[in-house]
Amino acid sequence: MPQAGGAGDDRYFNKWYEAQYNQVKPKPPLVKNMLWAFVVGGLICVIGQVFANYFVDMGLSKKEAGVPTTIVMVFLGAFFTGLGVYDELGRRAGAGSVVPITGFANSVVAPAMEFKREGFVFGVAAKMFVIAGPVIVYGVTTAVLVGLIYWIRH
Amino acid sequence: MQGYLMAFIIGGLICVVGQLIMDLTPLTPAHVLVLFVVLGALLSGMGLYQPLVDLGGAGATVPLPGFGHNLVTGTIEDIDKYGFTGIFTGPLRAAAAGVTAAVVFGLIMAALFNPRG
Repeated sequence: MPQAGGAGDDRYFNKWYEAQYNQVKPKPPLVKNMLWAFVVGGLICVIGQVFANYFVDMGLSKKEAGVPTTIVMVFLGAFFTGLGVYDELGRRAGAGSVVPITGFANSVVAPAMEFKREGFVFGVAAKMFVIAGPVIVYGVTTAVLVGLIYWIRH
Repeated sequence: MQGYLMAFIIGGLICVVGQLIMDLTPLTPAHVLVLFVVLGALLSGMGLYQPLVDLGGAGATVPLPGFGHNLVTGTIEDIDKYGFTGIFTGPLRAAAAGVTAAVVFGLIMAALFNPRG
């Protein structure tokens, strides 16, 4: 351990302390988290693929099948959030449950339920968009900008 | 079977990218959702997302970047059909199913269920 002296020594000491601290502080279980996200996120997409294939078998084109698939996945995300299962899953799965469209549904239903006691206008309906709102705002704006560039070039 | 495997791999990898962002930066899940929709829309605009959809199917359309891709393809369709006004009708038309489902099912679930704890 260095002796404390002038300002330069302090800086050195801080650096040394930080290195010691980094050695003992628990590392985030990065690999484990990644594995969970991969498996759960991948499986949710496989469920989506099952429904997409079903709608294609019903006679829709691959592109058309995307719409009913989205509706089913949003329903599943909303339903399992209602049951309390989705947030339980999210504790382990992290981004694996956040990034699929079921996670978007979860981001709508979870605050809607949470703020029910504040009423159906300022609670449920208003809080529903706490996360979905920003997603729509920036998604739509990006699409408009991309569309504008496309329109200018064509 | 090949289709399911590709959906699993592509979808899983997109979620791993989200997990890395959440673990290595101060960004929250809400930020990741916003970021991924915007990224999906930008990649789609550059023509880079459709190949991923062709490869991974639902593995690319179910994660949120697929929602952004959907917004952009819908907007471009409307521009081809209606010209300039398509810029304004396209995004929400493309988002209609997802947003309407989220609103209606969200309201129903919030009415039926109470949060745990």
